[in-house]
Amino acid sequence: MSSETRTILTPEAAERRDFVIETRELTRYFGARKAVAGVTMRVPRGSVFAFLGRNGSGKTTIIRMVLGLLEPTRGSSSLLGYDSRRLPPEARARVGYMSESHSMYSWMTVQEMGEYQSHFYPHWNPRVFEGVVGHFRLNMRTKAGHLSRGERAGLSLAITLAPEPELLILDDPALGLDPVARHSLLESMIYVTRAADRTIFFSSHLLEDVERVADYIAILDRSVLRACCPVETFRSNIQQFVLRYSPPAAPPAQLPPLPGLLHTRRSMGQLRLTIAGVGQTTRQALQKLDADSIEEVPVSFNDAMIGYLGERGEQSFFLEDADAAQKGKGAL
Amino acid sequence: MPLSVSIVPGSNVSIYRQIVERVCAAVFAGEIAEDEPLPSVRVLAEQLLINPNTVGRAYGELVREGILESRPGRGMFISGRRRQIYSGAERARRMEQAVTSLLAEALMLGFSLRETVELVSRKARELKPPGKSPGKSGKTATEKGLAR
Repeated sequence: MSSETRTILTPEAAERRDFVIETRELTRYFGARKAVAGVTMRVPRGSVFAFLGRNGSGKTTIIRMVLGLLEPTRGSSSLLGYDSRRLPPEARARVGYMSESHSMYSWMTVQEMGEYQSHFYPHWNPRVFEGVVGHFRLNMRTKAGHLSRGERAGLSLAITLAPEPELLILDDPALGLDPVARHSLLESMIYVTRAADRTIFFSSHLLEDVERVADYIAILDRSVLRACCPVETFRSNIQQFVLRYSPPAAPPAQLPPLPGLLHTRRSMGQLRLTIAGVGQTTRQALQKLDADSIEEVPVSFNDAMIGYLGERGEQSFFLEDADAAQKGKGAL
Repeated sequence: MPLSVSIVPGSNVSIYRQIVERVCAAVFAGEIAEDEPLPSVRVLAEQLLINPNTVGRAYGELVREGILESRPGRGMFISGRRRQIYSGAERARRMEQAVTSLLAEALMLGFSLRETVELVSRKARELKPPGKSPGKSGKTATEKGLAR
């Protein structure tokens, strides 16, 4: 790790760990529409970091600002310690970026694409290129224009990985991939983690894949950042409770305010509540709902996400790293 | 026989927890010989298609809990001095859960309590006692661990 990547960090942060991406109050308007609202997040070096959120929540806009491809309206971001607006070429060369579109020259074969791209990178590794092409079972002699969407994604990934960038930014790499190609994508991502200091920052909607490979997540909800923490922290902070009522008793029609309540599901004689950051107050409030039984049930990652992004629309909870939360910045 | 681990993403149980539980179960059922290394972090991660850190953390927990031990240069092995992994309330809670689901299933299938108990005892006799796997004399603290 070179010393200049640390210059932008505070001494404490640099001491604890360093971050390959940092944004501070990053904000972007498109006309009157706020696409990104005051996002502050940090991506630790060596993590496999999943960037989650529904379509149109602002993920691609943030990625483009971090890469210096789009000016923020307010706030700032840095990449490998450099301000995104003034990235020196040597910093760019250490980042591999794969956009959603996979644009390439359709008249070149897979092999020619590899050779052509290799001229732009001093550290091009042909073994990685061939390895990824192999994972996706591509024929070296096929013309790029004749590849399926999944195969094009594979070629695009091979081109992104071959220079062995220390930071990989993949914008929805699984978009439109069939199950076999998705499997190959996961294999390639796990392959990248062989070098411990490599960071993968990727956006995705496939929560099962995220659960497999990610160790950190950030969740964006309608342009606001709602969580930025290790996957385990997220999971252990979202709990579900089933309250049962036997007739004639019935669940209350109107719930009193419950701290952390994300999602409510009613069925016959039963109330299922998804709650973030359950503490003493929440438990006491649950007791007051006069149920015959209260059972805490485990939540899948998928349910936790749906609960978290549910239609309640309050955006009132923010989950973050325990060490950051201790500094008094967290809502939990 | 090498340990087979499978995981299910999307489950109520995190992948990390699934690995911990699977290895625990395998150790206590005597599926792993004492002199046989577990798959390395890298190999298991590539087999299961998951982040190696997850496997590493699961192994780490198993080492802290005294189920596994790391032998430098040789890999991960089951520990010669295994302790009870869950303490107090958690241990009781898990047993309660297991018994409840067994009884519910037995009841649904129309087995009487007596038949169920009989089947449980028979199964217990069939199970190979851990630590006595072939090729290694069972002079370990396993029995002590089990007797708790």
